[in-house]
Amino acid sequence: MKNTIKRIWHTLRRPSVHYSLGTLVIGGFVAGIIFWGGFNTALEVTNTEAFCTGCHEMRDNVFEELKTTIHYTNRSGVRATCPDCHVPHDWTDKIARKMQASKEVWGKIFGTINTREKFLAKRRELAEHEWARLKANDSLECRNCHNFEYMDYTAQSGRAAQQHSTNLASGEKTCIDCHKGIAHELPDMSGIEGW
Amino acid sequence: MKLSIVPLLVASILLGIVSLVVSADDIATLRNATAIDTQKEPEAIPKVNNDDVRRSRAYPMQPPLIPHKIDNYQVDLNANKCMSCHSRDRIEESQAPMVSVTHYMDRDGNFLAEISPRRYFCNQCHVVQHDAKELVSNQFVDMYQLMNQKQQESGNQPAESSD
Repeated sequence: MKNTIKRIWHTLRRPSVHYSLGTLVIGGFVAGIIFWGGFNTALEVTNTEAFCTGCHEMRDNVFEELKTTIHYTNRSGVRATCPDCHVPHDWTDKIARKMQASKEVWGKIFGTINTREKFLAKRRELAEHEWARLKANDSLECRNCHNFEYMDYTAQSGRAAQQHSTNLASGEKTCIDCHKGIAHELPDMSGIEGW
Repeated sequence: MKLSIVPLLVASILLGIVSLVVSADDIATLRNATAIDTQKEPEAIPKVNNDDVRRSRAYPMQPPLIPHKIDNYQVDLNANKCMSCHSRDRIEESQAPMVSVTHYMDRDGNFLAEISPRRYFCNQCHVVQHDAKELVSNQFVDMYQLMNQKQQESGNQPAESSD
C-alpha cells in the first residue's frame, strides 16, 4: 500500500516522458471543460421539478399540495417550481444546500418518509427546517421573485398594504413570518408564534 | 289493477299542467329557465369581494360576513388560518375583529381557553361575498330601522295632534 502511494507520487513529480507539453495543456483544458460542464449539467438536472418529483415521497405529498396553490396555477401562468423556493440561486449557497441535501439521499435510501404516515409524522420537523432557513436568510427565495423594492402598495388590498408598509418595510418581519403554508399544507401549528 | 291506473294517469296529467303554470313564473334560478334537456352556458365566475369593508346583516342573526378573500385558508386539525388573525391573542397585531365570546363557550355555557370545537370550522357560518347580481332581491329591514320608523311615526303623531 505504502509502496503504491510512493510510486504514484514519484510518477506525478517526474516530467512527462512520452507526451508533449502542448498535448498535456490542451488535453487538460478540454478535460477541464468536460468535467466542469458535466458537473454543472448534473447539478442543474438535480435542480429540476422532474428530478424532485421523480421520487414518490415528493410527488405524492408536497407536489400534490402545491398544485392547488397560487404558486402552481394562477391568472398569468408564471409559476414557481420546487428549486425556485427550496434551493438558493447563488452558486456558493446552492452548493452548500446541495451538500446538506446529501442527508436527504440518506433518508431516501433508508425510507425515512416512504409512507404517508411517516411523512405526516415528520412534517412538523421538515417544515421547521424550511421556516428556520427562510427566517435566517430573510426569505431570500421569496424575494428572488417578490422584490420589496418594486411592490406597489396601491395595487394591494388594504390589509396587505398595511402589513407590508409597516412590518415588512421596517425589516421587523420577513415573508415567512406571516406566509407559512403558502405553498404546502401546514403541520400541527400548536405553539408556533402567530398561530 | 286497471282501475287504480286511471286516477294515477289523471293525477300525473294534472301535475304536468300545474308544473307548466309554475314554470311560467319567473323564479330566478341558477339555470335561469333553461330547458331541462339543454346545458346552460356557464356564467362567468364572479370575483370575491376583498375590500375589507364590513357589511350589515342581510337577515336576522346572520353570522358576520367575511369581507376578504379566503383562498386556500387552511382550517383543519393542524391549523386554523382564520384564528391566526381573529383569535383573542392575535387581534392586537392583526387589527382584525375578535371572534365573539360565545365562540369560546361549549354548549353548556362553560367558558373554554381555546375556541370551542363546535365553532372551530369558521366557514360553516361565515362566508365571503361575491361581486355578483342578486338572483332574488332582499327586502330585509333591520330591527333598528323598524324601531326608528315606529318612533318617528309615534313622534310625528303627537306633533300633529299638538298643531
